[in-house]
Amino acid sequence: MTVESTAARKPRRSSKRTSAVKTTAKTSAKTPQSSEPELVQLLTPEGERVEHPDYSIDLTADELRGLYRDMVLTRRFDAEATALQRQGELGLWASLLGQEAAQIGSGRALRDDDYVFPTYREHGVAWCRGVDPTNLLGMFRGVNHGGWDPNSNNFHLYTIVIGSQTLHATGYAMGVAKDGADSAVIAYFGDGASSQGDVAEAFTFSAVYNAPVVFFCQNNQWAISEPTEKQTRVPLYQRAQGFGFPGVRVDGNDVLACLAVTRSALERARRGEGPTLVEAFTYRMGAHTTSDDPTKYRADEERASWEAKDPILRLRAYLEKEGAADEAFFTALDEESEALGKRVREAVRAMPDPDPIAIFDHAYADGNPLVDEERAQFAAYQASFADSAEESK
Amino acid sequence: MAMEKMSIAKALNESLRKALDTDPKVLIMGEDVGKLGGVFRITDGLQKDFGEDRVIDTPLAESGIVGTAIGLALRGYRPVVEIQFDGFVFPAYDQIVTQLAKMHARALGKIKLPVVVRIPYGGGIGAVEHHSESPEALFAHVAGLKVVSPSNANDAYWMMQQAVQSDDPIIFFEPKRRYWDKGEVETDSIPGPLHKASVARTGTDLTLVAYGPMVKVCLEAAAAAEEEGKSIEVLDLRSMSPIDFDAIQTSVEKTGRLVVVHEAPVFYGSGAEIAARITERCFYHLEAPVLRVGGYHAPYPPARLEDEYLPGLDRVLDAVDRSLAY
Ligand SMILES: Cc1ncc(C[n+]2csc(CCOP(=O)(O)OP(=O)(O)O)c2C)c(N)n1
Repeated sequence: MTVESTAARKPRRSSKRTSAVKTTAKTSAKTPQSSEPELVQLLTPEGERVEHPDYSIDLTADELRGLYRDMVLTRRFDAEATALQRQGELGLWASLLGQEAAQIGSGRALRDDDYVFPTYREHGVAWCRGVDPTNLLGMFRGVNHGGWDPNSNNFHLYTIVIGSQTLHATGYAMGVAKDGADSAVIAYFGDGASSQGDVAEAFTFSAVYNAPVVFFCQNNQWAISEPTEKQTRVPLYQRAQGFGFPGVRVDGNDVLACLAVTRSALERARRGEGPTLVEAFTYRMGAHTTSDDPTKYRADEERASWEAKDPILRLRAYLEKEGAADEAFFTALDEESEALGKRVREAVRAMPDPDPIAIFDHAYADGNPLVDEERAQFAAYQASFADSAEESK
Repeated sequence: MAMEKMSIAKALNESLRKALDTDPKVLIMGEDVGKLGGVFRITDGLQKDFGEDRVIDTPLAESGIVGTAIGLALRGYRPVVEIQFDGFVFPAYDQIVTQLAKMHARALGKIKLPVVVRIPYGGGIGAVEHHSESPEALFAHVAGLKVVSPSNANDAYWMMQQAVQSDDPIIFFEPKRRYWDKGEVETDSIPGPLHKASVARTGTDLTLVAYGPMVKVCLEAAAAAEEEGKSIEVLDLRSMSPIDFDAIQTSVEKTGRLVVVHEAPVFYGSGAEIAARITERCFYHLEAPVLRVGGYHAPYPPARLEDEYLPGLDRVLDAVDRSLAY
C-alpha cells in the first residue's frame, strides 16, 4: 500500500495557479496554509478545461448539463431554505452556498449501493442520492431530528456533533468489507471537524482495517469564526500520509475535478486498497448558519475573491464555450428552479407540528415500561386540559 | 453600593473581564471565543482587550480543550473553558470524568485543578438537536467535580468570580435561555458562598426547589399560586454538587411539602437525590411525598415540541396541587 499522498507525489501541470506556490509539510509555523494551494483542477475559474495526469474525465454534453442542473437546483433549494428561515418557517438553516461543486461532484461519483455519512450541510449530496429535499427541512424546522429513512437512499441522517459520523462511516465500511461487497462508503466533514479526536480515530481504524471508505473533507476555510489555521499547521490532505493512506487536495469549486477525484478514491476503496482522504478546497460563501454573523470575523473582500471562483458560473462558461447547452436549456432550468423553490416553500408551510405524544415515540426499539408510564401520565395530563376546555364552554 | 442592571450574559462577560484583569493566570479558552466573542457573545470584546494569549480560540476539539486546560492548570494557570453547547461536552466527558475530577485525589492533594468548564445548557431557544440538554446529573454524580448554575445576573457575576477563584474544578452551567434576562448586579457586595442555596421567595405552604433556568418558572408559579391563596417558598439551589441540604431542610420543616423542578429528565436526575435525602432528613415533617417535575425519559424532542417537554407554569402548578392534595 502506498503511504505517500498521491497529490504530493505526482507532478502537477493542471494550471498556472496551482504551480505558483508549493505547499509542503514543512510549511513554516508562520504560514501554515498557502493561499494558492496545489490542487487537482480540471476546469479553471474562467471555464477552461485543463488536463491532469491522474484524473482524466470525459463527459458527454448531457452529463455536463446534468451536473450543471444539479448545482443550480441545489443552490436554488438552499436559497429557498435560507429565505424560509428568514420568514420564520425554519428555526435554523446551514447554507451550502459556494460548496455545490464539492457536493455534486462527489455525490455524482457515487454508486447506488455506496453509503453516505453526511454532516449537516450536505444538501447537494442528498440531492444526488435522491432524498426529497423537503425531507431535509424537518430538523431545521424543528419537527423531527432527521426525517428520512437512511436505508432508502443509503444516505445517513445528518450529524450535528462534529466528526462523529466519520467513525460510523468507517465501521460501516468495515462491515462492507466483511460482507465481501464491492461498494464503498463516503464520510463528509469540515476542516474544523478534522481537529476532533473522532476523526483521527476514524483515520486510524480505517487504515488499520483497510476499510473501503473515502473521507471527503470540505475545507470551506472556516469553522464558524475560526479559519483553518486554527485547526492545522499542515494542509489537511497531507494528514492522511501519517495514517498510512493517500490524501489529495482537489479544487472544491470545480465539479469535474471533484467528480474525477472522488470516483478514483471510491474505485480504490472498491478494489480493496483502503481509505483515501479527499480535501475539497472550497469556500463557504454565506454565514455558518442563519444564526451566525460572519461580519464579526471575516472581511468582505475574502468572499469577493471566492466569488470569482464560483462553481456554477465556471461550468456555465464552459458549457457555453463548448456549445453544450443552448438558451432553451438555461431557460428551462430557470423554470425548473422556480418550480422547485415553490414546491419546497409549499411543503414547508404545510409541514405540521408533530403530535406532542410523539416525544415518547421510538425512545426504544423494544419498548420500556418507564417510557410507557410517562407516556400515559403525559396523555392524561394533556387530556385534562381538553376536559377543562370542554367544561368552560 | 455599586448597582447596575444587566443581562446574565453581560454579567458573565463583566465577571470574566474582571477575572482576567485581576489575575494574570486566568485564561479563557474555547471554540469561537475570540473575535466572535462566543456564539452567545459571553466573551465579547475580551480577546480585543486581553489579547490572543489570554483569550484563546482553540481547535474544534472538546477533549483537547479540557485536556490542555488540565495541563495549563498543572502549570499554574486558571483556565476558564467554554463548551459551545451542552450536547458537545461529551467528547470532553472522558477528560472531565477520568482526569479533571480525580487528579487532585490521585496526587494526594498535592496538585490543584482550578479549571472552570462553562456550558450553556438547557432548552427553550428553539434549537436543533444537542443544543438544549441538561446533563448536570451526569457531572454531579462524579466525585471531585463541583456543579453550579446561576439563575440571575447577580449570581452569574459572583458565582463566576467564585468559580474562577476555586481550586476545585467547577462545571459551570449557564442557563442559556435566560442569558438575556436582566437583573441588578451589586458589583461590590460579595454574596454568600458558592454552594449556598438562596431563598428566592418566602412562603409557608410548600417549597419549590429549582436552579438555573427553572427558578424563573417557579417564581412565576409561586406568584400564580398566591392568587389562589397559596403561599409558596422558592429555593434557588445555585449548586447541584454539593447541594445545600440544610437550606432545603429548613424550608421543608417550615412548609412540610417539597416539589423539585428541573429541565433534565426526572429519571436518575438531581430531583431523585434531593427527594431521597430530604425524605431521610424530614420524614416526620413531610405532609406529602416529595414530587419531581422535569423532563421525560425520551430524547430531547425537536424544537416544535419543547414547550410540551419542558416544565412550564402549568406543570409546576399541577405538582403543587397534587402535593397540597395529600
Ligand atoms: C462536538 C461539537 N462541538 C461543537 C459544535 C458546534 N459547531 C457546529 S458547526 C461548528 C463548526 C464546524 O466547522 P467545520 O467542521 O469546518 O464544518 P463547516 O460547518 O464549516 O462545514 C461548530 C463549532 C458541534 N456541532 N459539535
